[in-house]
Amino acid sequence: MSISFKKPSILPGFWPAFSYTILYLSLIVLIPLSAIFLKSLTSSWSHLWQVVTSPEVVASYRLSFGASFVAGLVSVVVGFLVAWVLVRYQFPGKALADALVDLPFALPTAVAGIALTSLYTDNGWLGRYLVPLGIKVAFTPLGVMVALTFIGLPFVVRSVQPVLADADAELEEAAASLGASRWQVFRLVIFPIVRPALLTGFALAFARALGEYGSVIFIAGNMPMKTEITPLLIVTKLEQYDYAGATAIAAVMLTASFLLLLAINTIERRTRRFMVTG
Amino acid sequence: MATAALELPKKTAAASPRNIRRDPPLVRWGLTLLALLALGLFIVLPLVAVFVQAFAKGLPVYLAAIREPDTLSAIWLSLVAAGVSVPLNLVFGVAAAWAVAKFQFKGKNVLVTLIDIPFAVSPVVSGLIFVLIFGAQGWFGSWLSDHDIRIVFAVPGIILATTFVTFPFVARELIPLMQSQGSDEEEAALTLGASGWQMFFKITLPNIRWGLLYGVVLCTARALGEFGAVSVVSGHIRGQTNTLPLHVEILYNEYNYAGAFAVASLLSVVAVVTLTLKKFLEWKTKEGAK
Repeated sequence: MSISFKKPSILPGFWPAFSYTILYLSLIVLIPLSAIFLKSLTSSWSHLWQVVTSPEVVASYRLSFGASFVAGLVSVVVGFLVAWVLVRYQFPGKALADALVDLPFALPTAVAGIALTSLYTDNGWLGRYLVPLGIKVAFTPLGVMVALTFIGLPFVVRSVQPVLADADAELEEAAASLGASRWQVFRLVIFPIVRPALLTGFALAFARALGEYGSVIFIAGNMPMKTEITPLLIVTKLEQYDYAGATAIAAVMLTASFLLLLAINTIERRTRRFMVTG
Repeated sequence: MATAALELPKKTAAASPRNIRRDPPLVRWGLTLLALLALGLFIVLPLVAVFVQAFAKGLPVYLAAIREPDTLSAIWLSLVAAGVSVPLNLVFGVAAAWAVAKFQFKGKNVLVTLIDIPFAVSPVVSGLIFVLIFGAQGWFGSWLSDHDIRIVFAVPGIILATTFVTFPFVARELIPLMQSQGSDEEEAALTLGASGWQMFFKITLPNIRWGLLYGVVLCTARALGEFGAVSVVSGHIRGQTNTLPLHVEILYNEYNYAGAFAVASLLSVVAVVTLTLKKFLEWKTKEGAK
């Protein structure tokens, strides 16, 4: 088996390293994760279906998927702009701006949550100007989108940045020498190059936003049917000791996450092929 | 496509090929300002707000909030959770990267995808799985309660959830790094008579040290800051199963904003230190690659 499974190599330690990897992966991730699906199997299908299609849960899917989608789109637009400026232009404080992009990765979500909420409440730094204009952010679906954009932005910037930096100047020069305007060079040469990276960035931001909890629950206000995200409903069910209900919703979310993970891997594999052949 | 290409030169002024990458100043400064405004609004302002609110009631209130026994025990528990989970994931990361980056075997892509799973799972679900296994109604629930062992709503559950959430960090940093380095140097060391461990400590480890440190930094930051997963398994017992982020939530929900932001400012300092170290280590890895 070992002959066909692994190519021979003079380096030592494959079997110990490989076995330990599989063992640890199984103990920490795979076996615990299978608990969700095994637990779902122990309750009746009709009950599960009832839980995952109840009006409150369906309203939460609408908010979670809708807000994540919008936040992903906003992240794509803003993230592309930030990546463009960081790659193409020189300006004072550029290194600092570049470092700050990663703040949402490093800042604990609960901290981000209370900080964003304090900015957008009626007397917050931004809320005091927005609320009189009729724009309510805190405790509305808009607030959920703001929090999810904060979380999603670095994913897009970090996906696009290396691709933009690696783009060949000769392509743009060739297009210009053939008579293309700046806008045409951007639309017909640069944009197709970064499109797969934008898509990857969107998918990563969307996937992260779907499961996000800490940064959202403070700014959302958690009003039933209106601003309850799906992860919050899992927590609520658990607090009511409704383990079967929590598990059923978790199974729906896990399925969505796995489909997204699969989609991201496919996009990345295609991009690599595109890079090689193109 | 063809007709469009034919029409191009007539309709618009062509850009000069030589400075096609040098946008007009108006575009350049306009876009830069817009990007900086977006970064300021979305990212810098929340960070500044944390510190301003933390000191809003003066330094004495700030220090009192940090010296409170519940805060100190939360700091301690966060350090314990990170102190156990980071070394575990470090050893795993090195082992996984060694197997994946240095050898060819079937199913490698599947393995790499499986390692990424904890990133794709909602933090809340990550906590839930340990409640389902070790909770009162869980698989081992009755056995554990018979033997008076508490995992969920106790420290072991917090450590487990933290380990799950930070699982991929080190492996993810090391796999691409070690793949790009190849194994020529290791093979040379073996040919010259080094033992496996000698090769590892004298060749591999020095080569990957900055990437390894980078992974550890990211892993530690996440371990200290994890909220959703830990929130589900902790049971929120004040002074006992409260980590720093959970303590922030409790203080905030009690309308003790100055206290909540004071504790949050500690975590924000960790985040800023993480970003600084990240920049430094990126610069080091780049230098090492030259």
